[in-house]
Amino acid sequence: MRYLDEYRDGQAAQRYAEALRAIVTRPWTLMEVCGGQTHAILRYGIDELLPPGLTLIHGPGCPVCVTPVAALDRAVALARRAGVVLASFGDMLRVPGSAADLLHARAAGADVRIVYSPLDAVALAEREPEREVVFFAVGFETTAPANAMAVRLASRKGLENFSLLAAQRRVPPALDAILASPDCRVQAFLAAGHVCAVMGIAEYVALAARRRVPVVVTGFEPLDLLQGVAMAARQLEEGRGEVEIPYSRAVRPGGNPAARAAMDEVFEPCDGEWRGLGVIPDGALRLRPRYAAFDAARRFPDEGGERPAPRDGDCLAGLVLQGRLRPPDCPAFGGRCTPEHPVGAPMVSAEGACAAYYRYRPRPAAAVAAVGAP
Amino acid sequence: MATASGRGRRAGDAVVAPPAGSGPGASATGPACPVPLPEGERVLLAHGGGGRLTRELVERLFVPAFRNPALSALNDAALVGPVLGRLAVTTDAFVVQPLFFPGGDIGTLAVTGTVNDLAMAGARPLWLTLGFVLEEGLPLADLERVVGSIARTAAAAGVAVIAGDTKVVERGRGDGLFITSAGVGVVAAPRLVAPSEVLPGDAVLVSGPVGQHGIAVLAVREGLAFSRPIVSDCASVVAPVHALLDAGITVHCLRDPTRGGLATVLNEIAVQARCEIAVHERQVPVSDEVAGACEVLGLDPLYVACEGRFVAFVAPGDADRALALLRARRDTAGAARIGTVRAAGGTAGLVTLTTAIGGQRVLDLLSGEQLPRIC
Repeated sequence: MRYLDEYRDGQAAQRYAEALRAIVTRPWTLMEVCGGQTHAILRYGIDELLPPGLTLIHGPGCPVCVTPVAALDRAVALARRAGVVLASFGDMLRVPGSAADLLHARAAGADVRIVYSPLDAVALAEREPEREVVFFAVGFETTAPANAMAVRLASRKGLENFSLLAAQRRVPPALDAILASPDCRVQAFLAAGHVCAVMGIAEYVALAARRRVPVVVTGFEPLDLLQGVAMAARQLEEGRGEVEIPYSRAVRPGGNPAARAAMDEVFEPCDGEWRGLGVIPDGALRLRPRYAAFDAARRFPDEGGERPAPRDGDCLAGLVLQGRLRPPDCPAFGGRCTPEHPVGAPMVSAEGACAAYYRYRPRPAAAVAAVGAP
Repeated sequence: MATASGRGRRAGDAVVAPPAGSGPGASATGPACPVPLPEGERVLLAHGGGGRLTRELVERLFVPAFRNPALSALNDAALVGPVLGRLAVTTDAFVVQPLFFPGGDIGTLAVTGTVNDLAMAGARPLWLTLGFVLEEGLPLADLERVVGSIARTAAAAGVAVIAGDTKVVERGRGDGLFITSAGVGVVAAPRLVAPSEVLPGDAVLVSGPVGQHGIAVLAVREGLAFSRPIVSDCASVVAPVHALLDAGITVHCLRDPTRGGLATVLNEIAVQARCEIAVHERQVPVSDEVAGACEVLGLDPLYVACEGRFVAFVAPGDADRALALLRARRDTAGAARIGTVRAAGGTAGLVTLTTAIGGQRVLDLLSGEQLPRIC
């Protein structure tokens, strides 16, 4: 298929692998920020092509994974409320909250509906005026503009039965928090191309300058990633720490001005919890006061208070999300924690690092046998 | 859950037993044109009540559409046979939404789904029985259209619909129309066709591009429009399967990649046959339309359902001949050899994939539904 096959060319991949072997003279540790990148790396076996000593660790860029338990609990509580429709992207349904997930809430009678776009949720609110439609707005700067458009549309239509459960997260503050951690191993970032396509690179330029860390904005195809790894390695070898954009077919330095304007009109940064990372200053988005009428948290203040997240036993998802532990090294991985019965959020979404390892890498024989006969 | 009378209307009793293996289809004159049911009418509870309306439905719609002696006798049980050889029996249920999709409808699917399962055992399909669960309010025109599809598809596959049942449930208690089926076939293959027969070295063939049915249905269901509409691959695979068997190809195992798609059936067979299956991603045929739709939706075509394809495990010496034979046919022109069976050491049940860029990974079973990704 045109515009895709070019970026999945096996021979070009081998050439990049050779070039990398020539560039790298000592061990380096890179973090790919986004779960989509992690997924591509494992799906195509990109890590197998890298020279020894060049390590990729997997970042927290999986919206399903970092949505805090409190937000999930609130979503479940809202979904169970009579007269409420909770509209959500499909991935969120299986993420465990403190007591239940949305899929089980739906099986028990809650009105949870999968939508592909927040605009579908607005249409739902129009179609069913007697019901309160709450859209569970998760994701990073990539989904925020569409969520902003949904709020603007609902406002323009004068819909009084549409609201947003805002759980969006902002990526750059989380990267800063990872670098600030005393046991940080990350020496360079492969930043998520689609986030930068919306936001541009200004925040990353500031981060690279402040922390002297290479940031390479990459796409999600195998050659995009190999090229990104090569550029980051070269910066490290040469002692540079700057922002480079090999993914220029999608990313402009200024981002997408229309999308940013919509976002800025509707949302403002706020402190927010990232599952596994804790509260990150300016790490989240909330509705601006002029759109407060569309804030589900204000409309239903009694549902789902902030509760301390329960400990997930031997699940070490927090360390995985910080890039401090490889998923297979978690004691729960593949045993108590599987995609069918996830304990930690990174096992839920295909973009979660644990799920990617579970899906694409051989597991111990016992785990394979446990799949059993159909 | 039937709200109509508990006693369903069955039709059957063969007066003339069709010869075994001949696959009795429609009568010699082809499916007759039924007297049309009143226009604009909808299914009523009374259509399943066993009274006049039920009779009207059976006599004006089902019997003329499926016309064959076993059905036309309208007895409680159809008498058929005798048949020489082992019988293959299967049952299936069809709940597809929407009822009509590009390339087929629930009726086409009910026939192809059932006969394809029989073909996967190396059997020649002979007879079908169908149960219709109608929702009150279903337009009779929709039912007629579905019944017409069933008649055409069954005739093409060489099977007769010899018995049926109709129930009506209250509005809101069904989804328009559900169909259940049973199929009987006679095993024609000289040797067993089953996962237990798979051997290391076997070539793994797929009969055409994968994923079309799932994407076609999803596109209609979600109102997704593509520049070129994606048409379901829904079709009987009886003819190509028997072309392979009749040509004396050593077919060890057959499986149709319906729910869960190609990856799922490969995993099932790897576990059942206690072997490892090595697949090359580049060699799996996927149409540009399906590949593009999957990219947009965040789906993997290897896990998307087909309804008119099959996977064949063939002895290595016969692989080239089998592939040539399939490619020479119009309905399997897109067939490809996608992998090889390996003896399993500690890797029984494992399916491995050589990726497009030459990496290696596991091709695992899917967990839950394939869901669209969100970023």
